[in-house]
Amino acid sequence: MIQVKHLKKSFGNLEVLKDISVDIKEKEVVCVIGPSGSGKSTFLRCLNKLEDITAGQVIVNGQDITNPNLDINKVRQEVGMVFQQFNLFPHKTVLENITLAPIKVKGVSEQEANEKALQLLKKVGLSEKASSYPSELSGGQKQRVAIARALAMNPKIMLFDEPTSALDPEMVGEVLTVMKELAAEGMTMVVVTHEIGFAKEVSDRVIFMDGGYIVEENTPSELFNNPKHERTKAFLSKVL
Amino acid sequence: MNFRFDLIAEYAPFFFQGTLVTIGLSLGAIAIGTILGLFIGIGKIAQNKFIRLPFSWYVTFFRGTPLFVQMLLVHFGLVPLLIGDTNGIIAAIVALSLNSAAYIAEIFRAGIQSIDKGQMEAARSLGMSHKQAMRYVILPQATKRMIPPLGNEFVILIKESSIAAIIATPELMYWGRAMQGQYYIVWEPYLTVALIYLVLTLSLSKLLSFVERRTTTG
Repeated sequence: MIQVKHLKKSFGNLEVLKDISVDIKEKEVVCVIGPSGSGKSTFLRCLNKLEDITAGQVIVNGQDITNPNLDINKVRQEVGMVFQQFNLFPHKTVLENITLAPIKVKGVSEQEANEKALQLLKKVGLSEKASSYPSELSGGQKQRVAIARALAMNPKIMLFDEPTSALDPEMVGEVLTVMKELAAEGMTMVVVTHEIGFAKEVSDRVIFMDGGYIVEENTPSELFNNPKHERTKAFLSKVL
Repeated sequence: MNFRFDLIAEYAPFFFQGTLVTIGLSLGAIAIGTILGLFIGIGKIAQNKFIRLPFSWYVTFFRGTPLFVQMLLVHFGLVPLLIGDTNGIIAAIVALSLNSAAYIAEIFRAGIQSIDKGQMEAARSLGMSHKQAMRYVILPQATKRMIPPLGNEFVILIKESSIAAIIATPELMYWGRAMQGQYYIVWEPYLTVALIYLVLTLSLSKLLSFVERRTTTG
């Protein structure tokens, strides 16, 4: 579903990603962990080209997004993204946040978009908030709306960039629950996270990144219980 | 001191006409300046450095030189060059528009750049084009933030339109100077003119704070 081949990314002189190669299969849930500054968020943002790719190849849904002639907007319609800071549109209601892209990008009728949005809000447990504005929601509620907004485009892949890092601790659970449901439904997911518990329970594979490299990748039980590299052991000893 | 209300009454029709011209100049310059300013402001935030360059030169020139000089350049230089003759009204509107466009461009640029970049990223990640993201996500939010500084700029524009008196555009200040010249009196014409400008600028401020209140909900 996603093939990354020798991906490199530099900001000016700073090389943040140094030769990343990874394959993500359909319906796979992959968690990316690692210390701050290891390049894990940048890696995720390269998967839908929010960051320009310096070198290497990223193939999403069979399309090479490093090809400059490719219509990246088409690819992005199939790749939902959830941000740490939610990034809901503050001037629009919850319902409008969810329906904006389907109506404007896909040309779905307003009625159809509304029905779908209400269905998604029900799924994330926020039916009663349809006409609220984002400023009236808690962090956990905002993030659940952000997930619904991404799902409204019927994506084949969902990218999560530290979705619970900006939340108060008691709100983390409600967001993770929604993500677990999504994983159980067979969504292909790439999740950059500090939630080791979530990675253990939900993911099919865990990638540990440090210093712009993938240091180690394995099934969660192997990686957490039996890490091979010193760097992984050192990191896990601090977070577990 | 004998304040000559009778002379003010005599000049009242001229002040009235002058006020209409002042309002006309200001409205014209606000309309043209805003459209031109939006265009220049967007040009100033272009990705390409070479596209940005002429727009930032424009802003630098019109903000860095006196409106007085610009008015004379337009009146005696630009307008005759374009239409073959001088015309006070056209020159005043052109000079005020070009000048205010530079300030308005900066207001647009600042407004757009003040929106968190996560908004653009969220919109683009949903498959919107840059244009769609601007139109549906960035500009509606930026516009709200632009209203107060734009209001200030419009107030400044009304006051600065008085410089058009120097090129004999028959606006409010022009008639004030005419009255001084005819009767050799100072207080009557200029206090009257000042009062009328004050009424204009205060009315506009009130109107704008009303608009601002209306748009801050939501």
